[in-house]
Amino acid sequence: MEKVLVLMHTVEGALPPAALETLGLAQALGAAFDGAVVGAGAGAAAQSVSGGAAQVFAVEGDAFAQSRYATDAAACQALIQASGAQVVLAPGTMRFARALPGVAARLNGAVETHVVGLDESLNVRRWYYRQRMEATLARTARPWIIVVEPGSQPAAAAQAGAAAQTVAVSVETRTEVTGVVSPPADQQTIRPDAPLLLVAGAGWTKKQKDGATHTDEGGNLILNFVQRTQSSLGSSKSLVDLSGEGQAVLPFLTHLHQVGQTGSTPRHRKGLATCCHGEEPHVVGWRFISERRAVNLDAACGWARGKADVLYVADAFEVMRELEKLL
Amino acid sequence: MPYQIVVCGGLAPDPLQTLEPVTTPTGPGLKNEMMLPAVFDPWASHALYEAANLAKQHAGSTIKVVSLAPKAKLQQVMMTVAQKVPFELVPLDGPIGGFTDAASVAAALAEAIAAIPGLDHSQLLVFGGWESATRGAGAVMQMVGEKLGITEQFLAVDELQIDGGALVIKERIEGGRHQVSRCSAPPAVLAWATGNLPEPANHPQTGMANMRAMMPALQKAKPASLTTALTFAQVALPAVTRETRIVKDVPAADIAREIAEWIKQ
Repeated sequence: MEKVLVLMHTVEGALPPAALETLGLAQALGAAFDGAVVGAGAGAAAQSVSGGAAQVFAVEGDAFAQSRYATDAAACQALIQASGAQVVLAPGTMRFARALPGVAARLNGAVETHVVGLDESLNVRRWYYRQRMEATLARTARPWIIVVEPGSQPAAAAQAGAAAQTVAVSVETRTEVTGVVSPPADQQTIRPDAPLLLVAGAGWTKKQKDGATHTDEGGNLILNFVQRTQSSLGSSKSLVDLSGEGQAVLPFLTHLHQVGQTGSTPRHRKGLATCCHGEEPHVVGWRFISERRAVNLDAACGWARGKADVLYVADAFEVMRELEKLL
Repeated sequence: MPYQIVVCGGLAPDPLQTLEPVTTPTGPGLKNEMMLPAVFDPWASHALYEAANLAKQHAGSTIKVVSLAPKAKLQQVMMTVAQKVPFELVPLDGPIGGFTDAASVAAALAEAIAAIPGLDHSQLLVFGGWESATRGAGAVMQMVGEKLGITEQFLAVDELQIDGGALVIKERIEGGRHQVSRCSAPPAVLAWATGNLPEPANHPQTGMANMRAMMPALQKAKPASLTTALTFAQVALPAVTRETRIVKDVPAADIAREIAEWIKQ
């Protein structure tokens, strides 16, 4: 098998879980591999996982501490060229998702993104049409950058080894990263690393048994659940879509929460869907949830039948009120 | 300052359609692909609405939409899209579908953009969706940028503001957060996520004005022959169907207890 380069970056000086997952995939392939890291503290981070690698490289410095296309692309290009490997595995973080397709273009190579599987013959598995069909494919073009979907592979145990060779990179850019906007800690509802995803469907904003909507209570029940369980929150229909239809909305839901056909497809160990309805196109929102349970009033709902492990046919308001007492 | 905004966007099957993969002489495709109702790609649509919003704020700005699709299909979809905002279409007559190679699509788009008369890099903003709803690779815009020599690029953009000529951009990053960057000036590539704007209402007069220029452009659409280095071994729908246990006619308290125990496991 061809030599592989495992290309990683640091986040606040350390390797993120997705980097270790990519390293785990490289080790599982059994091929000889190099390691390379870009970012703040890249040299130390590279050495912390260099056990088993033939060579390790790093690009670090103030310019490369920030996640930015121009600097990341230049650094990754230099690292790939320093290694000489023709197959590059990299984690599909937002930082690398932005930079690596452009690097493939610079190197006159190819890139595969959102990869969820790779075998020793370099057959890649990835999804098409918003996770509605899966393809197995291969390429002859090299260098080939294979961007691995976070959460799709078991992580490697970090094993320290030789020190990294520092690669000097010089690049000019007109872009300065000025900060990160995060919701306040007590209002944080998107947690990619949480074991549980709660999916709130449009049913929360519909008329209930008494003929009235109870959006405020629904919102409180959802937020209390999310904060108490430290779960991540997804929405099957976005705030903007609902407000455009003149409906009452859950004010804390944004496009960032939207899962499904026009949203994200997060990976969590467990998922609890409430008031979610719809057929196959909508169900992609929890395609990658391992254990799935749903609460809704329709026993034949396409969101749950054949898709969930357990479907509770019940009023989600009542169930969530009871859950609030238990959690 | 006026901007020359180029929006790259393809077509996608209507999200509510049932999709089934089939094998064609040229590789994988969708069953009845040309018969499926199509829409302008959702993320490219957001990019177009943001482009229109920016152009409205900066007099003299222009919007050109570069789109690669079978021109008959493109004409159908543009009948709707043209009613949303004013723009000029630069059509490329090529295959539809997500199984084409991102690099090949990027090369065709970049060539079409570079051939736009009067293109001024000092005013150029290349917009598009951060992924398509078909291939979903999130790779085309970066490659288009590279081929045009633009190294200021932004992915999953939700907001663009102009501050003294500089571009202040919010990009989505992990954990429901946004990274804020300041780019001193164009040219730049912005691959949009959803942005913040709702879909504009249809405006028939805008549609008629757009279509007057679009129809001749569609007739003269340059064919784009895509090459591919991809070999597909298999394309299949997910086969796993779960045995769903239905729990009904059970008190909410009992259901809550079962869910709470499951969460704690």
